[in-house]
Amino acid sequence: MLSSLMGYYSLIFGLCISLLIILFSVKNFKNSNILDSKILLFSFLQLVLVFVSFLGLVISFVNSDFSNETVFNNSHTTKPLFYKITGTWGNHEGSLLLWLLVLTLFIFIFLVKSKNQLKKYRILTVIFQQIIIIGFFTFLIKTSNPFNYLFPIPEEGLGLNPILQDPALAIHPPILYLGYVGSSIIFSSVLAATTLNYINNDWAKHIKGWVLISWIFLTLGILLGSIWAYYELGWGGFWFWDPVENVSLMPWLALTALLHCILVLEKRSLFKSWIIILSIATFTLSMCGTFLVRSGILNSVHTFANDPERGLFILSFLFVLIFISIFIFFVFHKSDNKKLSPIFLLSKETSIVINNWFMMYFLSVVLIGTVYPIFLDVISSQKISVGPPFYHKLIIPFLIPLLIFMAIGPRLKWIKSELKDKLSLAILLIISVLLSLFIVRNFETNYLLNSILIGSAFYLFFITVRDFFSKKTQRLSQNIAHFGFSLLILSILFNSIFSNEIITNLKVGESYKDDDLEIVFNDLTKENKKNYVLFTGVFSIKDKSFNNILKPELRIYNQPNIITSEADIKITLLQDNFITINTVKNEDYFNVRYMIKPFMLWIWVSVLLIALGGLISLFNKKHEE
Amino acid sequence: MYGRKVKLRFLFIILILLSLILSVFLILKSLEENVVYFKSPSDIQLLEEIQDKKIRVGGMVKENSIEISSEKINFIVTDFKNEINVVYSGVVPNLFSEGKGVVAEGYLKDRSFFEATKILAKHDENYMPPEVKAILKEK
Repeated sequence: MLSSLMGYYSLIFGLCISLLIILFSVKNFKNSNILDSKILLFSFLQLVLVFVSFLGLVISFVNSDFSNETVFNNSHTTKPLFYKITGTWGNHEGSLLLWLLVLTLFIFIFLVKSKNQLKKYRILTVIFQQIIIIGFFTFLIKTSNPFNYLFPIPEEGLGLNPILQDPALAIHPPILYLGYVGSSIIFSSVLAATTLNYINNDWAKHIKGWVLISWIFLTLGILLGSIWAYYELGWGGFWFWDPVENVSLMPWLALTALLHCILVLEKRSLFKSWIIILSIATFTLSMCGTFLVRSGILNSVHTFANDPERGLFILSFLFVLIFISIFIFFVFHKSDNKKLSPIFLLSKETSIVINNWFMMYFLSVVLIGTVYPIFLDVISSQKISVGPPFYHKLIIPFLIPLLIFMAIGPRLKWIKSELKDKLSLAILLIISVLLSLFIVRNFETNYLLNSILIGSAFYLFFITVRDFFSKKTQRLSQNIAHFGFSLLILSILFNSIFSNEIITNLKVGESYKDDDLEIVFNDLTKENKKNYVLFTGVFSIKDKSFNNILKPELRIYNQPNIITSEADIKITLLQDNFITINTVKNEDYFNVRYMIKPFMLWIWVSVLLIALGGLISLFNKKHEE
Repeated sequence: MYGRKVKLRFLFIILILLSLILSVFLILKSLEENVVYFKSPSDIQLLEEIQDKKIRVGGMVKENSIEISSEKINFIVTDFKNEINVVYSGVVPNLFSEGKGVVAEGYLKDRSFFEATKILAKHDENYMPPEVKAILKEK
């Protein structure tokens, strides 16, 4: 009760402070030469207020204060404490409050960290960021207030959706949000810099850190979501081209393109307009993602509530932001055509342009695949869906040139370059092609495409590995990230080629047998837990290389009344053995799914390596040239 | 006539345009081939011909219609006007049960028989796929 009130009034005060900050900023912009310390002070105050508000919600959740509507809808007294806390952002209202918290945190950090920048630039960035913050404050207070009061006070809450009661999902939203919201700083900053005609090398050096931060968090956030879908949803894979997954991939692709372009701008005055467009696009895509997911247009676990008003609000807010940015782009941005810097065909610049082409191509494929069904529904009310074959067909062939360019591009120099040690590059190419032919031939997967893909992935793999040991490696971060990518593609390929899956319905005591595999359903035990009834199946599985007992679980939650399957996964370096069970109509038969998934662990590890590349670049800014 | 720079720039623009056209063409063509249409049991009754193309069928699982054996699961999908028999051997999502909404993806064998290759997972007991909701609203 008290904590809800505290939270609510902190929000209102927070909104008022936004207006104050804009007022001070506008005044300060013309008058003095140094940044008004009041701006910094009030930004800090705003951060504290939003934090208090967030804390208020957390406390309401911990105390199971059901006079708060959000708590009532999403919590339950029997829920473990950990999930009471994480349940705070496991719902629409709370997750938006978290988003707002990150927004205010980032603008404060920005102010502290940008002391060496121009005063006007800092102030303008604050103003643009405050416009976004005001938008979110209004959205939160008007359409999704997390502190709505309920009377009479209910005895018991409705409970949190059990599939959200999972450690990976507890940290997935905050990490992903850090990525999304990081792009808002890039957006505000690029608008400020465009207005002041300040898009240059200094600006690039300064903004690169922010690009890296949001890129790293976005990468990790996507990874966590993917791991969660693998074991908790029992999807048994790492990527499904689900619209909700796509929505997080799109800003990632734009951000990756931007990250590479910033490297150019750091050294040379090129691609200025393109960088502005990319920065705007990244943030717009993040916002579009929120819109699509929150408005209930996409059906998924993230769709907390179908409320047209919310969708409409985000959509109109998005239009305002896009309008402002287009206006600024066309009015203030002057392209400096006169002093065109030379580009030669064989140079680092070209290779980065090529990178951008690939990213934009992938982005448009994913965008069309995600948006087209919605579009068609609105136009002709035809209901369709676009499945994985669409994406595979359009993306996989283009991975081959991408991988090869990723291997060669980084060895080129700025402006004009020659390809050195051609001999060793050629030798490595031959080795990787031979190796892939050997693998593909031996395992009887005679797909031409696969062998070329494996060959090019091995090529990138070998070149990056060699560079770790050669003294010439200038950029460790780039090398690790590219190495991670080659490992990712290799693991995905081997995973998809060698995966094996058996689906069958079994009763207790029955067994499934085929040529080289036996699954025996030994036993089923029942246990009462705090907020669910636990059934554990005991399966013994025998094949040539694997002889083990796996215990998948079936949880029947009492509030809300939902059944979830918990996979049992035996993880080894080479493969995952994965089993899930499910009931059908409470009969004796259980739906059993057993999978052998090679190199799953390496898929996760390689994404971590890609993020690590970004991290090294972030902390190594000065040394890497 | 033109300088080297102008020529290079011209070449560059043509290259961009070509790759743009190519990618748009590829995307549209692939989209056409890989789109999965969503039908209700009533829509299926109205079909002129039965194509060998993947579709989705949605509606409610009819009460007392689920039958399970060691290889497969049979059930009936209904939109309270028409219904269709579905046979499925594969993973069943947690929230699949009688009287609840369901979306099945697979191939139509004839107007009353559907062979599913996938049943789509849902995440919430109150949740109903928008497609199914639309079907129920129509009636």
